[in-house]
Amino acid sequence: MSPALTRNDPWVERFTTLERTRSQEPAWLQSCRQTAIDRFAELGLPTTRHEAWKYTNVAAIAKETFALAPADAPVAAEDLESLRVPDLDAHEVVIVDGRFRSDLAPASSTALPDGVVVGSLASALTNGDLESWLEQHPDREDLAFAALNTAFFQDGVFIRVPKNVVLDRPVHVQHWRTADDRALLATPRLVVVAESGSQLELIETYGGSGESQLTDAVSEIFVGANASVQHVKLQVESSRAWHVAAILARLERDARYASHSISLGAAIARNDIRVRFEAEGGDTTLNGLFFATGEQLVDHHTVVDHRVPHCTSRELYKGILDERGHGVFDGKVWVREQAQKTDSSQTNRNLILSRDAIIDTKPQLEIYADDVRCAHGATIGQLDADALYYLRSRGIAEAKARSLLMRGFATDVLTAIASEPLRAALERRLLERLPGALDLEGDQ
Amino acid sequence: MLTIKNLHASAGGAEILKALDLEVKSGEVHAIMGPNGSGKSTLAHVLAGREGYDVTEGHVTFDGQNLLDLSVEERACAGLFLGFQYPVEIPGVANNYFLRASLNAIRKARGEEELDAMDFLGLLKKKAALVEMDPKFLTRPVNVGFSGGEKKRNEILQMAVLEPKLAVLDETDSGLDIDALRVVSKGIESLRSPEHSIVLITHYQRLLDYVVPDVVHVFAGGRIVQSGGKELAIELEKNGYAAFESAASA
Repeated sequence: MSPALTRNDPWVERFTTLERTRSQEPAWLQSCRQTAIDRFAELGLPTTRHEAWKYTNVAAIAKETFALAPADAPVAAEDLESLRVPDLDAHEVVIVDGRFRSDLAPASSTALPDGVVVGSLASALTNGDLESWLEQHPDREDLAFAALNTAFFQDGVFIRVPKNVVLDRPVHVQHWRTADDRALLATPRLVVVAESGSQLELIETYGGSGESQLTDAVSEIFVGANASVQHVKLQVESSRAWHVAAILARLERDARYASHSISLGAAIARNDIRVRFEAEGGDTTLNGLFFATGEQLVDHHTVVDHRVPHCTSRELYKGILDERGHGVFDGKVWVREQAQKTDSSQTNRNLILSRDAIIDTKPQLEIYADDVRCAHGATIGQLDADALYYLRSRGIAEAKARSLLMRGFATDVLTAIASEPLRAALERRLLERLPGALDLEGDQ
Repeated sequence: MLTIKNLHASAGGAEILKALDLEVKSGEVHAIMGPNGSGKSTLAHVLAGREGYDVTEGHVTFDGQNLLDLSVEERACAGLFLGFQYPVEIPGVANNYFLRASLNAIRKARGEEELDAMDFLGLLKKKAALVEMDPKFLTRPVNVGFSGGEKKRNEILQMAVLEPKLAVLDETDSGLDIDALRVVSKGIESLRSPEHSIVLITHYQRLLDYVVPDVVHVFAGGRIVQSGGKELAIELEKNGYAAFESAASA
């Protein structure tokens, strides 16, 4: 889009009006924001003419006039409670409309090991902790929504796990969007730094009750040498809300990063997940499970960038589409010329439950090295009629047989999650949504 | 127990069962033998209610009910069991979970209490021992990664757990080595009682050395062309089906 067309962009105008607030911020941050809004002005909101947004039409978002979500919105205790994972011993923090709310943190949020930081991003901005981490993932130039987040974010979470510290409890970041008569934009920002030899389990849950609310999240994750980050993201926002997110991970030597993205909510949910190997020996797992029904659209775009030798990536995405639900999977694996001995696999499997459901899947491998092992593939299918007959021939009613097969289809993505209470909670969330599956709850 | 009268059924527009009559009384074991393509498996699936088969004529009465009016699962709940020739693999559904869901659906239909996990486990262990099944197969996904013999053994395990009034076993003996055949036969024999009936659909006389049938039928051209005692099976083994096939097409 040419600059002439963007001069009147409401976001650019909004940015200009906030100049005085920004002048209180550190110079480096002001410069980050300026670069970001310039980039956004250049990119504009994506349209279906953009290759990466071909199947995901965000015209409804572009049409809306958003205000920035205010701080300190009231929130009901039961809404926050709904985000928690039963029986999970976790360090919990609460983000409401993109703002860190220490006033709402459950009692579990105490006693972290020495040197571990799990706190408000806003305060990390002022004490200088963030300058070397924010906006440090190079592969973000084309992400218009991420640029918007950088231009406008006010808060979020900063997590730092010092060298060789192993967190024995997961950190659970619980995001809630409040309902509001106005269309509001929330811009939660997460920066996660796992220093060398450290270990972190990070859970993010995004929920909300409003309609016409836009969440534009960015998570930047730095995994130091021989460190490990396990990241589970559950998105169960209101089916009338919009959720756009970027997860940008950089891995140092022998680092491990696993991302499990479970996307069940929102009218439009778009996730850009990018993993970049900076040094040899890295290992990443990208798993995803999505369900779209009604008029929902769920889109995952993933990029794994093998730019150094001896790294491993494993990717498994599974989608279930019902009614007029629409799923999009676009998975790119780069194997650069110098990335010899890369070991990569990528699979996307989809289950279509209705005639009107749509899946667009595009696994892509770009290989420029010659000594690598790479595999990729995608399948689209319906419930196995033979399996359905077999179950029914054993007395199991058709509706239950269908639910069992759906759960069976989803299971291997969830079994990769080590924590039993978390896995059970995720399964329950899925079963709540799958047609007729609720009676399987807790029944294993 | 089971009465089939003048049954005609077709699949994909082709008539496969042609004027089939069969009567199986309570407590009887019948063997149905016949060449490939004669319609034996079609009979099994028509009885179980598989989609894709059209019954164009005839009646099937099972335990006093019109079997053809019932859905697949209703037939199972009424006490019909089909042992599949090719058991289906079901990824992501654990064998023990599947069996308990199945047993409880059937118990519920019979008006009996559902079994809780502990009680079921006790029953399952006992039945698994009967068919000499390694307990590790119980927690695996149904039939996934099972050998041919293990799948057949799993069918018999299901039958033993569900204790159907009528078990129709479709080539359960095919592809088994002698040890597996002995185990599978033992499982089948364990169901034999005045209250339970068994229909063995088989290709080979060998099974009938272990499970001695009360009646043997020769199946050719979509119907039963001759019935007799166990000696009929021996005669078939010796002389083959050629004479019956020409009789059926005549």
